[in-house]
Amino acid sequence: MSATVERWGGRAWGALLVGLMALFIVNVALMVAAVATNSFARRWLGTWLPDGFTTGWYAAAWKEFQLGDVLWVTVEVVLAVVVLSVLIGVPAAYALARREFAGKRIVLLLFLLPLIIPPFTYGIPFATVMYRVGLAGTLPGVILANLIPALPFVILVMTPFIEQIDPNLESAARVFGAGTARMFAYVLAPLLMPGILAAALLVLVRTIALFELTFLTAGPDSQTLVVALYYAVFAAGVRAPQSVDAMAIVYMVVTLVWLLLALRFVNPTQLVSRVREQPA
Amino acid sequence: MNAAARVARPALIDSAWLLVGPAVLFLLMLFVYPFLYGFALSFQPLEGGRLANYQNFFADSRAWRTLVTTFGLALPVTVINVGLALPIAFRLRRRTRYQRWITALLVVPITLGTVLIADGMLTYFGPRGWLAQTLQLVHLYDGPIRLTHNYWGVLISLVISGFPFAFLLLLSYVTGIDPVLARAAATLGANRFNQFRHIYLPLLAPGLAITFCLAFVQAFSVFPSAVLVGAPSGSTRVISIAAYEAAFENYDYAMASTIAMIMGFAQLIVVAAVLALRRAFYRGPVSGGKG
Repeated sequence: MSATVERWGGRAWGALLVGLMALFIVNVALMVAAVATNSFARRWLGTWLPDGFTTGWYAAAWKEFQLGDVLWVTVEVVLAVVVLSVLIGVPAAYALARREFAGKRIVLLLFLLPLIIPPFTYGIPFATVMYRVGLAGTLPGVILANLIPALPFVILVMTPFIEQIDPNLESAARVFGAGTARMFAYVLAPLLMPGILAAALLVLVRTIALFELTFLTAGPDSQTLVVALYYAVFAAGVRAPQSVDAMAIVYMVVTLVWLLLALRFVNPTQLVSRVREQPA
Repeated sequence: MNAAARVARPALIDSAWLLVGPAVLFLLMLFVYPFLYGFALSFQPLEGGRLANYQNFFADSRAWRTLVTTFGLALPVTVINVGLALPIAFRLRRRTRYQRWITALLVVPITLGTVLIADGMLTYFGPRGWLAQTLQLVHLYDGPIRLTHNYWGVLISLVISGFPFAFLLLLSYVTGIDPVLARAAATLGANRFNQFRHIYLPLLAPGLAITFCLAFVQAFSVFPSAVLVGAPSGSTRVISIAAYEAAFENYDYAMASTIAMIMGFAQLIVVAAVLALRRAFYRGPVSGGKG
């Protein structure tokens, strides 16, 4: 008797959870679809579908928001952040994974803090310093701002990845007479490549979408796509909503292309937390 | 840097520091220094004594109310996000194709970010968007539907961006628990609910506490959606808006730093409280009544 009740209760509970999940996903999908529809709409006022369709808003948005310049700045910022965070972060991750040294715990805490403290709390003092030294509103300023969360992220993704590489491989290379440079080039680098690729893609996706720090430090000539989108939505009253939505679609396509690429190499949970060492 | 040299003369600096040094130096310059600078600056107000900025913040109702508003948004949002994410992550703990698809889908709203969500909400949740039209079509609710430019708009946007985050984080904790433990409990006669309560929940406590903290911190620093889909001068004037205005509208960087410090401190209190709660939760007997 009670077993039957329990089974039906379990099924109802399961159905409720599936329902909630479906509700969430359907609404988010429809939200994206609404933006896409509006970006092609000739005129859309309170009906199910627009009066007619046009691609004209994309051309309008491209000119109105200077998307060419904005996209170029975004590419520059993202590339610089990915290259620098990997170059500085991977050696640090290697040291954390392989060595015991004085002050390791404090170093770990230092790398964790920028990921725990929200960007707005340290972004405001950071922007203040940037204004004092004259870097605010410049491309280097924006790149430095984006590196603050990107660098610790690379380190925390790479550390467990390096830990799972067998240290005997490095010792073997040493035994056979490889110097540090040769060992790095022929043993370590090939082994590290998949991890570096994953970390680089994750940082790339996160940097495209990182709003707060760029917003606080960027000037008119150093806006990335997401900040330009913010200003476009902010001033939505004076611009046609369709052209704002066209820009949103451009942003979405740019982000999703990289996300899809990243998902081929990484587990989705890695976008929010560190790599798990167990095999998938 | 070979072993013989190290034995002969102990290195002044551990060679590991050569590897980790650049990263540490970088964060000291770009993260720690600005933070300390901001902290010091907050005690150097444009006028008045050392603590004038802090006194002004708590004397001005327009200023301290932002703190109340922020808590009023961040706490319910975090409870909703973690409360929904926990049972769903638990349900999907087995590695199936279904789980892969759901997680891949849920990563999308996180990657798109709050600005795009805000823009989408204005179109979809707006008074003449598809949602309002559907609700009116099925006569679920016939009054005017206002889900944007108010408290609810910001709440919804924080759920859209925060729920997937909490879910993915919790999923990575849940899947890390060995299912053999639950099977052992089942052998001993525990039903599914009791398996969850006595096996999974205690093991999940640390992960749950961390997820709650990170989800809270994320909701607490809400800015773009509070401006774009909220009422930034009224019901959703959160503390980050006050900090932004102080810095970029009044050019009072000392006051802006003060607000940023207060913001950080308020989050710290919540994080400390959650971690303390977790410790209390952990110390009790696993089978005891915890309510």
